[in-house]
Amino acid sequence: MPERTRRDAAPAGRPAWARESDAARPRAGIGTGPGRLLVTLYAIFTIGATSRSAYQIATRFDEAPLPYLLSALAAAVYAGITVALVRGGEAARRTALAGCVTELVGVLAVGTWSVLDPVAFPDTTVWSTYGMGYLFIPLVLPVVGLLWLRRAEPAAD
Amino acid sequence: MFTPLTVALGVAALALAAWCGFAAYRDQPTKDWHFIGMAVVTVLALVQLVVGVVALAGGQEADEGTLVFVSYLLGCAAAIPAVAFLSLAERTRWGSATVAAGAFVLAVLQVRLHDVWSGTGA
Repeated sequence: MPERTRRDAAPAGRPAWARESDAARPRAGIGTGPGRLLVTLYAIFTIGATSRSAYQIATRFDEAPLPYLLSALAAAVYAGITVALVRGGEAARRTALAGCVTELVGVLAVGTWSVLDPVAFPDTTVWSTYGMGYLFIPLVLPVVGLLWLRRAEPAAD
Repeated sequence: MFTPLTVALGVAALALAAWCGFAAYRDQPTKDWHFIGMAVVTVLALVQLVVGVVALAGGQEADEGTLVFVSYLLGCAAAIPAVAFLSLAERTRWGSATVAAGAFVLAVLQVRLHDVWSGTGA
């Protein structure tokens, strides 16, 4: 309700450009409010997946090449989403959306693959068994991300 | 020496997560008392870092290797300061939720740290 009052009052008291920037604000705001929590979680998963896969690829790549490469892929996706969320703006929002879709497809595909063909996975990845080793957060995170980024979509007017 | 400290830090981190989660639930930003709580948990994490490094220097070995162990120790020490700064920038309930998430991650890291040190895990 206060929001509405402020907007109604704007045309009389403020120049047009000020209203313009008001309307544009949600676009830049994908990394604030609930977005701040999302940035934090993506940053944590970026650090976790990156250090884990880098260490595993460097020390024992031969033991389980597929899982380690998939972990590295997950790390890259997480890093991309984190950067996009921090940067903000419409282009970054679209990048983050694409990242979240990739992430969701990845966790579903790798999750199913790891359940059907455990032999291919001598060691686990971030996305094994739909992210069970990480409390299923890898499965929940892209869904929450997609919902948040859709909500932050610039208004049609 | 190391295990009691890990348990204490895990419990403290969970308490901080619950406290800040409650603040988020009540639609409140982090306040001075929350930051004092974060400072206490961070001091514990720094003590753990020192105790861990001293143990390594004294000839003890972490089950999963020195590099992994020290990385985890550094991550644990950095976790709360990082989310504390974020909650300074985010003066809404979401700042509190961010600290709660960081503290919860720290508690999970303590479980992993225990495995890395004594090899009860994978």
